[in-house]
Amino acid sequence: MQKLSLRDRIKEVRVTAGDSFRGGKLMSSIFRPGSPFKKGYVDSPRNRSYVVMNNVLYHLHPVKVKRHGVRLSYTLCLGGLSFFLFIVLTITGIWLMFYFRPTELAYVDIQALQTDIAFGSLVRNMHRWGAHLMVLVVFLHMSRVFYHGAYKAPREFNWVIGVILLLLTLLLSFTGYLLPWDQLAIWAVTVGGNMAGYTPVIGAQAKFGLFAGLEATTATLLRFYVLHVLFLPFIIVIFMAVHFWRVRKDGGISGPL
Amino acid sequence: MVDIPEHLLQRSAEARAKALGISIEQALAEMKGESDPTVVSKDPEVKIIDETPAPAAETPSPAAETPAPAAEVTPVKEEHAAETTEKVAEVAIEKKPAAKAPDPKTDAPDEVDFAPEVKVTQRLLTVVKAKPIQKAASEPVDKVNTWPHLMLPEFVSLMAMTAFLILLSAILQAPLLEEANPNVTPNPAKAPWYFLGLQELLSYWDPQIAGVMIPLVLGLVVWMAFPYIDRNPETHPSKRKFAIMFYTFFLAGAGVLTIIGVLFRGPGWNWTYPWIDGIWFDDLLDWIHFE
Repeated sequence: MQKLSLRDRIKEVRVTAGDSFRGGKLMSSIFRPGSPFKKGYVDSPRNRSYVVMNNVLYHLHPVKVKRHGVRLSYTLCLGGLSFFLFIVLTITGIWLMFYFRPTELAYVDIQALQTDIAFGSLVRNMHRWGAHLMVLVVFLHMSRVFYHGAYKAPREFNWVIGVILLLLTLLLSFTGYLLPWDQLAIWAVTVGGNMAGYTPVIGAQAKFGLFAGLEATTATLLRFYVLHVLFLPFIIVIFMAVHFWRVRKDGGISGPL
Repeated sequence: MVDIPEHLLQRSAEARAKALGISIEQALAEMKGESDPTVVSKDPEVKIIDETPAPAAETPSPAAETPAPAAEVTPVKEEHAAETTEKVAEVAIEKKPAAKAPDPKTDAPDEVDFAPEVKVTQRLLTVVKAKPIQKAASEPVDKVNTWPHLMLPEFVSLMAMTAFLILLSAILQAPLLEEANPNVTPNPAKAPWYFLGLQELLSYWDPQIAGVMIPLVLGLVVWMAFPYIDRNPETHPSKRKFAIMFYTFFLAGAGVLTIIGVLFRGPGWNWTYPWIDGIWFDDLLDWIHFE
Protein backbone atom coordinates (compact mmCIF):
# COMPACT_ATOMS: atom_id res chain seq x y z
CA MET A 1 0.00 0.00 0.00
CA GLN A 2 1.42 3.29 -1.01
CA LYS A 3 2.15 5.88 1.57
CA LEU A 4 -0.28 8.76 1.68
CA SER A 5 0.70 12.27 2.52
CA LEU A 6 -0.79 13.73 5.62
CA ARG A 7 -3.13 15.94 3.62
CA ASP A 8 -4.44 12.98 1.64
CA ARG A 9 -4.93 10.98 4.80
CA ILE A 10 -6.96 13.76 6.35
CA LYS A 11 -9.00 14.03 3.23
CA GLU A 12 -9.64 10.30 3.21
CA VAL A 13 -10.71 10.31 6.84
CA ARG A 14 -12.98 13.24 6.18
CA VAL A 15 -14.64 11.59 3.20
CA THR A 16 -15.10 8.30 5.02
CA ALA A 17 -16.44 9.96 8.12
CA GLY A 18 -18.76 12.14 6.04
CA ASP A 19 -20.06 9.16 4.12
CA SER A 20 -20.67 7.06 7.17
CA PHE A 21 -22.46 9.98 8.81
CA ARG A 22 -24.55 10.77 5.75
CA GLY A 23 -25.32 7.10 5.26
CA GLY A 24 -25.94 6.56 8.95
CA LYS A 25 -29.15 5.90 10.77
CA LEU A 26 -29.71 9.46 11.94
CA MET A 27 -29.46 11.05 8.52
CA SER A 28 -31.46 8.38 6.76
CA SER A 29 -34.19 8.80 9.35
CA ILE A 30 -34.34 12.54 8.66
CA PHE A 31 -34.05 12.64 4.89
CA ARG A 32 -36.25 10.68 2.59
CA PRO A 33 -34.96 8.81 -0.47
CA GLY A 34 -33.55 11.01 -3.20
CA SER A 35 -32.50 13.80 -0.92
CA PRO A 36 -29.27 15.52 -1.95
CA PHE A 37 -28.18 15.24 1.68
CA LYS A 38 -28.11 11.48 1.58
CA LYS A 39 -25.08 9.37 0.79
CA GLY A 40 -24.56 8.52 -2.82
CA TYR A 41 -26.85 11.16 -4.28
CA VAL A 42 -26.56 11.36 -8.03
CA ASP A 43 -28.24 13.85 -10.31
CA SER A 44 -30.67 11.57 -12.13
CA PRO A 45 -34.25 12.06 -13.32
CA ARG A 46 -35.35 9.63 -10.63
CA ASN A 47 -33.69 11.62 -7.87
CA ARG A 48 -35.02 14.87 -9.30
CA SER A 49 -38.49 13.41 -9.00
CA TYR A 50 -37.75 12.38 -5.43
CA VAL A 51 -36.64 15.91 -4.56
CA VAL A 52 -40.15 17.10 -5.30
CA MET A 53 -42.10 14.08 -4.11
CA ASN A 54 -40.27 13.61 -0.85
CA ASN A 55 -39.91 17.21 0.24
CA VAL A 56 -42.74 18.83 2.10
CA LEU A 57 -41.83 22.30 0.88
CA TYR A 58 -41.75 21.31 -2.78
CA HIS A 59 -44.75 19.06 -2.48
CA LEU A 60 -47.07 21.70 -3.84
CA HIS A 61 -45.62 21.07 -7.26
CA PRO A 62 -45.95 18.04 -9.47
CA VAL A 63 -42.77 16.23 -10.45
CA LYS A 64 -42.99 17.59 -13.96
CA VAL A 65 -44.47 20.77 -15.31
CA LYS A 66 -45.28 21.93 -18.81
CA ARG A 67 -42.30 23.49 -20.45
CA HIS A 68 -44.05 26.72 -21.43
CA GLY A 69 -45.18 27.24 -17.84
CA VAL A 70 -41.61 27.47 -16.65
CA ARG A 71 -40.97 30.56 -18.75
CA LEU A 72 -40.89 33.55 -16.45
CA SER A 73 -42.80 35.66 -18.97
CA TYR A 74 -45.79 33.32 -18.87
CA THR A 75 -46.84 33.72 -15.25
CA LEU A 76 -44.35 36.30 -13.97
CA CYS A 77 -44.47 34.14 -10.84
CA LEU A 78 -47.45 36.19 -9.68
CA GLY A 79 -49.34 33.35 -8.01
CA GLY A 80 -46.25 32.10 -6.25
CA LEU A 81 -45.35 35.61 -5.16
CA SER A 82 -48.83 36.15 -3.73
CA PHE A 83 -48.35 33.07 -1.61
CA PHE A 84 -44.85 34.09 -0.68
CA LEU A 85 -46.02 37.55 0.39
CA PHE A 86 -48.66 35.88 2.50
CA ILE A 87 -45.92 33.92 4.25
CA VAL A 88 -43.82 37.04 4.73
CA LEU A 89 -46.86 38.82 6.18
CA THR A 90 -47.55 35.90 8.49
CA ILE A 91 -44.00 35.90 9.82
CA THR A 92 -43.74 39.67 10.26
CA GLY A 93 -47.28 39.73 11.61
CA ILE A 94 -46.53 37.18 14.31
CA TRP A 95 -43.46 39.18 15.20
CA LEU A 96 -45.52 42.36 15.50
CA MET A 97 -48.07 40.61 17.70
CA PHE A 98 -45.46 40.35 20.44
CA TYR A 99 -45.44 44.12 20.76
CA PHE A 100 -49.00 45.10 20.07
CA ARG A 101 -52.09 45.42 22.26
CA PRO A 102 -55.43 46.04 20.55
CA THR A 103 -56.59 48.57 23.12
CA GLU A 104 -56.19 52.30 23.76
CA LEU A 105 -52.50 51.47 24.00
CA ALA A 106 -52.32 50.41 20.36
CA TYR A 107 -51.03 53.77 19.20
CA VAL A 108 -48.39 53.85 21.92
CA ASP A 109 -47.30 50.35 20.98
CA ILE A 110 -46.87 51.33 17.37
CA GLN A 111 -44.86 54.36 18.42
CA ALA A 112 -42.69 52.10 20.54
CA LEU A 113 -42.23 49.79 17.56
CA GLN A 114 -41.12 52.73 15.49
CA THR A 115 -38.68 54.09 18.03
CA ASP A 116 -37.72 51.67 20.83
CA ILE A 117 -37.77 48.12 19.57
CA ALA A 118 -34.89 46.71 17.57
CA PHE A 119 -35.91 46.32 13.92
CA GLY A 120 -39.42 47.33 14.92
CA SER A 121 -39.63 50.02 12.30
CA LEU A 122 -38.28 47.74 9.58
CA VAL A 123 -40.63 44.88 10.38
CA ARG A 124 -43.63 47.17 10.62
CA ASN A 125 -42.74 48.72 7.27
CA MET A 126 -42.29 45.29 5.73
CA HIS A 127 -45.68 44.26 7.03
CA ARG A 128 -47.37 47.34 5.73
CA TRP A 129 -45.74 47.57 2.32
CA GLY A 130 -45.92 43.82 1.94
CA ALA A 131 -49.67 44.01 2.49
CA HIS A 132 -50.09 46.69 -0.17
CA LEU A 133 -47.85 44.70 -2.46
CA MET A 134 -49.90 41.57 -1.87
CA VAL A 135 -53.13 43.32 -2.86
CA LEU A 136 -51.39 44.49 -5.99
CA VAL A 137 -49.79 41.14 -6.82
CA VAL A 138 -53.02 39.21 -6.25
CA PHE A 139 -54.82 41.63 -8.53
CA LEU A 140 -52.11 41.30 -11.19
CA HIS A 141 -52.29 37.53 -10.84
CA MET A 142 -56.00 37.69 -11.54
CA SER A 143 -55.36 39.86 -14.59
CA ARG A 144 -52.73 37.44 -15.87
CA VAL A 145 -55.15 34.57 -15.48
CA PHE A 146 -57.85 36.50 -17.28
CA TYR A 147 -55.68 37.50 -20.24
CA HIS A 148 -54.53 33.93 -20.67
CA GLY A 149 -58.11 32.70 -20.57
CA ALA A 150 -56.92 30.39 -17.82
CA TYR A 151 -60.30 30.48 -16.09
CA LYS A 152 -61.90 28.39 -18.81
CA ALA A 153 -62.93 24.78 -18.47
CA PRO A 154 -61.91 22.86 -16.46
CA ARG A 155 -60.69 25.72 -14.27
CA GLU A 156 -63.93 27.66 -13.81
CA PHE A 157 -64.31 26.83 -10.16
CA ASN A 158 -60.73 27.72 -9.36
CA TRP A 159 -61.44 31.20 -10.70
CA VAL A 160 -64.33 31.47 -8.25
CA ILE A 161 -62.03 30.47 -5.41
CA GLY A 162 -59.50 32.96 -6.71
CA VAL A 163 -62.03 35.80 -6.54
CA ILE A 164 -62.84 34.76 -2.97
CA LEU A 165 -59.13 34.84 -2.19
CA LEU A 166 -58.88 38.36 -3.62
CA LEU A 167 -61.81 39.40 -1.48
CA LEU A 168 -60.21 37.87 1.61
CA THR A 169 -56.94 39.61 0.79
CA LEU A 170 -58.76 42.94 0.63
CA LEU A 171 -60.52 42.20 3.91
CA LEU A 172 -57.26 41.23 5.59
CA SER A 173 -55.66 44.42 4.38
CA PHE A 174 -58.66 46.49 5.40
CA THR A 175 -58.85 45.04 8.91
CA GLY A 176 -55.12 45.56 9.32
CA TYR A 177 -55.53 49.16 8.27
CA LEU A 178 -57.20 50.07 11.55
CA LEU A 179 -54.64 48.54 13.86
CA PRO A 180 -52.11 51.42 14.08
CA TRP A 181 -54.96 53.40 15.61
CA ASP A 182 -53.94 56.72 14.14
CA GLN A 183 -56.05 59.29 12.34
CA LEU A 184 -55.38 57.67 8.97
CA ALA A 185 -56.51 54.29 10.26
CA ILE A 186 -59.68 55.28 12.05
CA TRP A 187 -60.99 57.52 9.30
CA ALA A 188 -60.19 55.14 6.49
CA VAL A 189 -62.08 52.43 8.32
CA THR A 190 -64.91 54.83 9.09
CA VAL A 191 -65.26 55.59 5.39
CA GLY A 192 -65.08 51.90 4.50
CA GLY A 193 -67.57 50.93 7.21
CA ASN A 194 -69.96 53.62 6.06
CA MET A 195 -69.79 52.12 2.58
CA ALA A 196 -70.89 48.81 4.08
CA GLY A 197 -73.77 50.74 5.66
CA TYR A 198 -75.21 51.36 2.20
CA THR A 199 -75.95 47.67 1.76
CA PRO A 200 -79.66 47.34 1.01
CA VAL A 201 -81.89 45.80 3.69
CA ILE A 202 -79.14 44.84 6.13
CA GLY A 203 -77.03 47.99 5.79
CA ALA A 204 -77.40 49.19 9.37
CA GLN A 205 -76.76 45.73 10.77
CA ALA A 206 -73.67 45.23 8.60
CA LYS A 207 -72.27 48.53 9.76
CA PHE A 208 -73.06 47.79 13.38
CA GLY A 209 -71.47 44.36 13.14
CA LEU A 210 -68.36 45.74 11.51
CA PHE A 211 -67.89 48.59 13.97
CA ALA A 212 -69.09 46.70 17.04
CA GLY A 213 -71.13 49.81 17.65
CA LEU A 214 -72.23 52.88 15.79
CA GLU A 215 -68.75 54.20 15.06
CA ALA A 216 -65.12 53.14 15.13
CA THR A 217 -64.02 52.71 18.74
CA THR A 218 -61.56 50.51 20.60
CA ALA A 219 -64.22 47.80 20.44
CA THR A 220 -63.87 48.00 16.67
CA LEU A 221 -60.12 47.79 17.14
CA LEU A 222 -60.39 44.53 19.06
CA ARG A 223 -62.84 43.14 16.54
CA PHE A 224 -60.63 43.99 13.61
CA TYR A 225 -57.61 42.64 15.44
CA VAL A 226 -59.16 39.23 15.98
CA LEU A 227 -60.41 39.16 12.40
CA HIS A 228 -56.99 40.21 11.16
CA VAL A 229 -54.73 37.88 13.09
CA LEU A 230 -56.92 34.83 13.53
CA PHE A 231 -60.20 34.54 11.72
CA LEU A 232 -59.38 35.75 8.23
CA PRO A 233 -55.95 34.05 8.01
CA PHE A 234 -57.65 30.82 9.05
CA ILE A 235 -60.25 31.18 6.31
CA ILE A 236 -57.81 32.27 3.65
CA VAL A 237 -55.49 29.34 4.33
CA ILE A 238 -58.35 26.92 3.74
CA PHE A 239 -59.25 28.60 0.47
CA MET A 240 -55.59 28.72 -0.54
CA ALA A 241 -55.26 25.00 0.06
CA VAL A 242 -58.24 24.31 -2.18
CA HIS A 243 -56.93 26.78 -4.75
CA PHE A 244 -53.50 25.11 -5.00
CA TRP A 245 -55.00 21.65 -4.96
CA ARG A 246 -57.35 22.54 -7.79
CA VAL A 247 -54.51 23.97 -9.85
CA ARG A 248 -52.98 20.51 -9.90
CA LYS A 249 -56.22 18.61 -10.23
CA ASP A 250 -57.28 20.74 -13.19
CA GLY A 251 -54.16 19.77 -15.10
CA GLY A 252 -51.51 22.15 -13.89
CA ILE A 253 -50.83 25.44 -15.55
CA SER A 254 -53.09 26.44 -18.43
CA GLY A 255 -52.05 27.05 -21.98
CA PRO A 256 -49.96 27.36 -24.06
CA LEU A 257 -51.98 29.99 -25.86
CA MET B 1 -37.20 -21.66 -51.07
CA VAL B 2 -37.98 -22.45 -47.53
CA ASP B 3 -38.86 -26.00 -46.67
CA ILE B 4 -42.21 -26.21 -45.05
CA PRO B 5 -42.63 -29.18 -42.71
CA GLU B 6 -44.85 -31.79 -44.24
CA HIS B 7 -47.43 -31.86 -41.48
CA LEU B 8 -47.92 -28.09 -41.58
CA LEU B 9 -48.31 -28.14 -45.31
CA GLN B 10 -50.81 -30.92 -44.95
CA ARG B 11 -52.80 -29.04 -42.40
CA SER B 12 -52.98 -25.84 -44.41
CA ALA B 13 -53.86 -27.81 -47.49
CA GLU B 14 -56.76 -29.34 -45.63
CA ALA B 15 -57.91 -25.93 -44.54
CA ARG B 16 -57.63 -24.59 -48.04
CA ALA B 17 -59.47 -27.52 -49.46
CA LYS B 18 -62.25 -27.04 -47.01
CA ALA B 19 -62.48 -23.34 -47.68
CA LEU B 20 -62.52 -23.63 -51.44
CA GLY B 21 -64.43 -26.87 -51.67
CA ILE B 22 -61.78 -28.78 -53.56
CA SER B 23 -59.94 -31.98 -52.85
CA ILE B 24 -56.96 -32.03 -50.59
CA GLU B 25 -54.67 -33.25 -53.34
CA GLN B 26 -55.74 -30.38 -55.56
CA ALA B 27 -55.13 -27.90 -52.80
CA LEU B 28 -51.75 -29.37 -52.10
CA ALA B 29 -50.84 -29.21 -55.74
CA GLU B 30 -51.93 -25.61 -55.94
CA MET B 31 -49.90 -24.73 -52.94
CA LYS B 32 -46.84 -26.33 -54.36
CA GLY B 33 -47.35 -24.45 -57.57
CA GLU B 34 -48.01 -27.56 -59.61
CA SER B 35 -51.52 -26.49 -60.49
CA ASP B 36 -53.21 -23.17 -61.13
CA PRO B 37 -54.91 -21.73 -58.07
CA THR B 38 -58.62 -22.15 -57.77
CA VAL B 39 -60.64 -19.02 -57.65
CA VAL B 40 -63.88 -18.67 -55.85
CA SER B 41 -65.21 -15.25 -56.57
CA LYS B 42 -68.04 -14.04 -54.50
CA ASP B 43 -67.77 -10.35 -55.15
CA PRO B 44 -66.12 -9.65 -58.46
CA GLU B 45 -66.11 -5.86 -58.04
CA VAL B 46 -63.77 -6.07 -55.12
CA LYS B 47 -61.37 -8.37 -56.89
CA ILE B 48 -59.54 -5.45 -58.35
CA ILE B 49 -57.45 -5.21 -55.27
CA ASP B 50 -55.11 -7.91 -56.46
CA GLU B 51 -53.47 -8.45 -59.74
CA THR B 52 -52.40 -11.85 -60.83
CA PRO B 53 -49.60 -12.54 -63.20
CA ALA B 54 -51.37 -11.51 -66.34
CA PRO B 55 -50.52 -13.19 -69.60
CA ALA B 56 -47.25 -11.94 -70.96
CA ALA B 57 -48.95 -10.25 -73.85
CA GLU B 58 -50.84 -8.04 -71.49
CA THR B 59 -48.86 -4.90 -70.71
CA PRO B 60 -50.65 -3.04 -68.02
CA SER B 61 -50.96 0.68 -68.54
CA PRO B 62 -48.58 2.80 -66.49
CA ALA B 63 -51.43 4.10 -64.44
CA ALA B 64 -52.47 0.66 -63.47
CA GLU B 65 -48.95 -0.28 -62.62
CA THR B 66 -48.11 2.59 -60.37
CA PRO B 67 -49.04 1.55 -56.91
CA ALA B 68 -50.55 3.47 -54.12
CA PRO B 69 -49.45 7.07 -54.50
CA ALA B 70 -52.34 8.03 -56.70
CA ALA B 71 -54.78 6.35 -54.44
CA GLU B 72 -56.35 8.11 -51.56
CA VAL B 73 -54.95 7.45 -48.18
CA THR B 74 -58.25 7.73 -46.41
CA PRO B 75 -59.89 4.57 -45.24
CA VAL B 76 -62.42 3.41 -47.77
CA LYS B 77 -65.12 0.89 -47.24
CA GLU B 78 -64.52 -2.09 -49.40
CA GLU B 79 -67.90 -1.98 -51.13
CA HIS B 80 -67.19 1.51 -52.34
CA ALA B 81 -63.56 0.96 -53.12
CA ALA B 82 -64.18 0.86 -56.80
CA GLU B 83 -65.92 4.22 -56.88
CA THR B 84 -63.98 6.16 -54.34
CA THR B 85 -60.41 5.36 -55.20
CA GLU B 86 -60.80 7.13 -58.44
CA LYS B 87 -58.01 6.60 -60.88
CA VAL B 88 -56.53 3.31 -59.98
CA ALA B 89 -59.84 1.68 -59.48
CA GLU B 90 -61.22 2.88 -62.79
CA VAL B 91 -58.24 1.73 -64.69
CA ALA B 92 -58.28 -1.57 -62.97
CA ILE B 93 -61.89 -2.17 -63.78
CA GLU B 94 -61.32 -1.36 -67.39
CA LYS B 95 -58.39 -3.63 -67.58
CA LYS B 96 -59.83 -6.55 -65.76
CA PRO B 97 -62.11 -8.06 -68.35
CA ALA B 98 -59.34 -8.01 -70.89
CA ALA B 99 -57.00 -9.66 -68.49
CA LYS B 100 -59.56 -12.16 -67.40
CA ALA B 101 -60.75 -13.14 -70.80
CA PRO B 102 -58.01 -15.49 -71.88
CA ASP B 103 -57.87 -17.57 -68.78
CA PRO B 104 -60.32 -17.03 -65.95
CA LYS B 105 -58.32 -19.46 -63.87
CA THR B 106 -55.36 -17.14 -63.64
CA ASP B 107 -57.52 -14.37 -62.29
CA ALA B 108 -56.75 -12.82 -58.95
CA PRO B 109 -57.26 -15.04 -55.98
CA ASP B 110 -59.14 -13.11 -53.40
CA GLU B 111 -57.52 -14.82 -50.53
CA VAL B 112 -53.94 -15.20 -49.55
CA ASP B 113 -52.20 -17.73 -51.61
CA PHE B 114 -50.45 -20.35 -49.62
CA ALA B 115 -48.26 -21.71 -52.32
CA PRO B 116 -44.93 -19.97 -52.07
CA GLU B 117 -44.08 -20.47 -55.69
CA VAL B 118 -47.14 -18.83 -57.19
CA LYS B 119 -46.16 -15.28 -57.84
CA VAL B 120 -48.84 -12.91 -56.82
CA THR B 121 -48.10 -9.27 -57.35
CA GLN B 122 -50.24 -7.08 -55.25
CA ARG B 123 -51.01 -3.54 -55.97
CA LEU B 124 -51.58 -1.06 -53.24
CA LEU B 125 -54.97 0.43 -53.76
CA THR B 126 -55.49 2.30 -50.57
CA VAL B 127 -53.69 2.72 -47.34
CA VAL B 128 -55.84 2.56 -44.27
CA LYS B 129 -54.19 4.39 -41.45
CA ALA B 130 -53.91 2.30 -38.35
CA LYS B 131 -56.06 3.97 -35.74
CA PRO B 132 -57.07 2.75 -32.34
CA ILE B 133 -60.78 2.36 -31.79
CA GLN B 134 -60.58 4.51 -28.69
CA LYS B 135 -58.77 7.79 -28.81
CA ALA B 136 -56.32 8.26 -26.00
CA ALA B 137 -57.59 10.98 -23.68
CA SER B 138 -54.29 12.68 -23.04
CA GLU B 139 -51.91 13.85 -25.69
CA PRO B 140 -48.24 13.78 -24.87
CA VAL B 141 -47.16 17.14 -23.44
CA ASP B 142 -43.73 18.71 -23.46
CA LYS B 143 -42.75 18.64 -19.81
CA VAL B 144 -39.66 19.38 -17.79
CA ASN B 145 -38.60 18.40 -14.31
CA THR B 146 -39.88 20.72 -11.63
CA TRP B 147 -36.55 20.46 -9.93
CA PRO B 148 -34.61 22.42 -10.98
CA HIS B 149 -36.39 24.05 -13.90
CA LEU B 150 -39.29 25.51 -11.92
CA MET B 151 -37.88 25.61 -8.40
CA LEU B 152 -34.87 27.67 -9.37
CA PRO B 153 -36.69 30.56 -11.06
CA GLU B 154 -39.23 30.50 -8.24
CA PHE B 155 -36.48 30.70 -5.67
CA VAL B 156 -34.81 33.56 -7.50
CA SER B 157 -38.04 35.55 -7.83
CA LEU B 158 -38.72 34.91 -4.16
CA MET B 159 -35.33 36.26 -3.21
CA ALA B 160 -35.79 39.24 -5.50
CA MET B 161 -39.13 39.99 -3.89
CA THR B 162 -37.63 39.74 -0.41
CA ALA B 163 -34.79 42.05 -1.36
CA PHE B 164 -37.22 44.53 -2.89
CA LEU B 165 -39.48 44.47 0.15
CA ILE B 166 -36.64 44.95 2.63
CA LEU B 167 -35.19 47.76 0.56
CA LEU B 168 -38.58 49.42 0.23
CA SER B 169 -39.16 49.11 3.97
CA ALA B 170 -35.76 50.57 4.76
CA ILE B 171 -36.37 53.59 2.55
CA LEU B 172 -40.07 54.24 2.80
CA GLN B 173 -41.46 54.80 6.27
CA ALA B 174 -45.00 53.55 6.83
CA PRO B 175 -47.30 56.46 7.68
CA LEU B 176 -48.26 57.05 11.27
CA LEU B 177 -50.30 60.18 11.89
CA GLU B 178 -51.39 61.48 15.27
CA GLU B 179 -53.45 59.24 17.51
CA ALA B 180 -56.97 58.29 16.46
CA ASN B 181 -59.49 60.90 17.48
CA PRO B 182 -63.14 60.37 16.58
CA ASN B 183 -63.82 64.06 17.23
CA VAL B 184 -61.42 65.36 14.62
CA THR B 185 -62.44 64.48 11.09
CA PRO B 186 -59.70 64.94 8.54
CA ASN B 187 -60.80 66.60 5.35
CA PRO B 188 -60.94 64.62 3.17
CA ALA B 189 -61.26 61.27 4.91
CA LYS B 190 -60.06 58.62 2.52
CA ALA B 191 -60.44 54.85 2.49
CA PRO B 192 -57.45 52.57 1.79
CA TRP B 193 -56.20 53.07 -1.74
CA TYR B 194 -57.81 49.90 -3.11
CA PHE B 195 -61.23 51.24 -2.10
CA LEU B 196 -60.62 54.75 -3.42
CA GLY B 197 -62.02 53.89 -6.84
CA LEU B 198 -65.26 53.00 -5.07
CA GLN B 199 -65.14 56.10 -2.94
CA GLU B 200 -64.70 58.12 -6.11
CA LEU B 201 -67.75 56.40 -7.61
CA LEU B 202 -69.65 57.22 -4.43
CA SER B 203 -69.09 60.89 -5.09
CA TYR B 204 -70.82 60.61 -8.47
CA TRP B 205 -73.80 58.43 -7.81
CA ASP B 206 -76.22 57.47 -5.18
CA PRO B 207 -74.53 55.26 -2.59
CA GLN B 208 -77.10 52.52 -3.19
CA ILE B 209 -75.81 52.20 -6.74
CA ALA B 210 -72.16 53.09 -6.43
CA GLY B 211 -71.53 51.68 -3.01
CA VAL B 212 -73.51 48.50 -3.23
CA MET B 213 -74.79 47.56 -6.65
CA ILE B 214 -71.50 48.02 -8.45
CA PRO B 215 -69.14 46.35 -5.98
CA LEU B 216 -71.57 43.66 -4.93
CA VAL B 217 -73.39 42.81 -8.12
CA LEU B 218 -70.77 43.65 -10.72
CA GLY B 219 -67.71 43.15 -8.58
CA LEU B 220 -68.63 39.93 -6.92
CA VAL B 221 -71.44 38.08 -8.59
CA VAL B 222 -70.52 38.82 -12.18
CA TRP B 223 -66.85 38.47 -11.42
CA MET B 224 -67.17 35.10 -9.81
CA ALA B 225 -69.60 33.85 -12.41
CA PHE B 226 -67.44 35.06 -15.27
CA PRO B 227 -66.21 31.62 -16.38
CA TYR B 228 -69.82 30.50 -16.51
CA ILE B 229 -70.90 33.51 -18.52
CA ASP B 230 -68.03 33.42 -21.00
CA ARG B 231 -68.58 30.09 -22.75
CA ASN B 232 -66.11 30.74 -25.56
CA PRO B 233 -63.58 27.92 -25.22
CA GLU B 234 -60.81 29.77 -27.08
CA THR B 235 -57.87 31.03 -25.06
CA HIS B 236 -55.91 32.94 -27.65
CA PRO B 237 -56.47 36.70 -27.32
CA SER B 238 -57.25 37.10 -31.01
CA LYS B 239 -60.23 34.77 -30.64
CA ARG B 240 -61.74 36.36 -27.58
CA LYS B 241 -61.57 40.01 -28.40
CA PHE B 242 -64.70 40.98 -26.52
CA ALA B 243 -63.56 39.43 -23.26
CA ILE B 244 -60.15 41.05 -23.57
CA MET B 245 -61.76 44.39 -24.34
CA PHE B 246 -64.14 44.02 -21.41
CA TYR B 247 -61.40 43.32 -18.93
CA THR B 248 -59.13 46.02 -20.28
CA PHE B 249 -61.92 48.57 -19.97
CA PHE B 250 -62.54 47.42 -16.42
CA LEU B 251 -58.85 47.64 -15.63
CA ALA B 252 -58.52 51.11 -17.16
CA GLY B 253 -61.67 52.33 -15.43
CA ALA B 254 -60.65 51.02 -12.04
CA GLY B 255 -57.15 52.40 -12.51
CA VAL B 256 -58.32 55.87 -13.51
CA LEU B 257 -60.87 56.07 -10.68
CA THR B 258 -58.31 54.89 -8.13
CA ILE B 259 -55.68 57.33 -9.32
CA ILE B 260 -58.19 60.19 -9.21
CA GLY B 261 -59.24 59.14 -5.74
CA VAL B 262 -55.69 58.86 -4.46
CA LEU B 263 -54.06 61.87 -6.06
CA PHE B 264 -56.61 64.32 -7.36
CA ARG B 265 -59.05 64.69 -4.51
CA GLY B 266 -58.58 67.31 -1.83
CA PRO B 267 -60.67 68.87 0.93
CA GLY B 268 -64.38 68.43 0.40
CA TRP B 269 -63.58 65.83 -2.25
CA ASN B 270 -62.85 68.66 -4.61
CA TRP B 271 -60.56 68.34 -7.56
CA THR B 272 -56.96 69.13 -6.77
CA TYR B 273 -53.60 68.75 -8.45
CA PRO B 274 -51.02 66.88 -6.42
CA TRP B 275 -48.16 68.90 -7.89
CA ILE B 276 -49.81 72.16 -6.77
CA ASP B 277 -51.52 71.32 -3.49
CA GLY B 278 -49.59 68.18 -2.48
CA ILE B 279 -51.11 64.82 -1.73
CA TRP B 280 -53.89 64.89 0.80
CA PHE B 281 -54.14 62.78 3.92
CA ASP B 282 -50.44 62.02 3.72
CA ASP B 283 -47.57 64.03 2.50
CA LEU B 284 -45.68 61.44 0.52
CA LEU B 285 -42.49 63.42 0.80
CA ASP B 286 -42.63 63.08 4.56
CA TRP B 287 -42.55 59.30 4.28
CA ILE B 288 -39.30 59.10 2.48
CA HIS B 289 -36.31 59.15 4.71
CA PHE B 290 -32.87 57.68 4.31
CA GLU B 291 -31.22 55.94 7.19
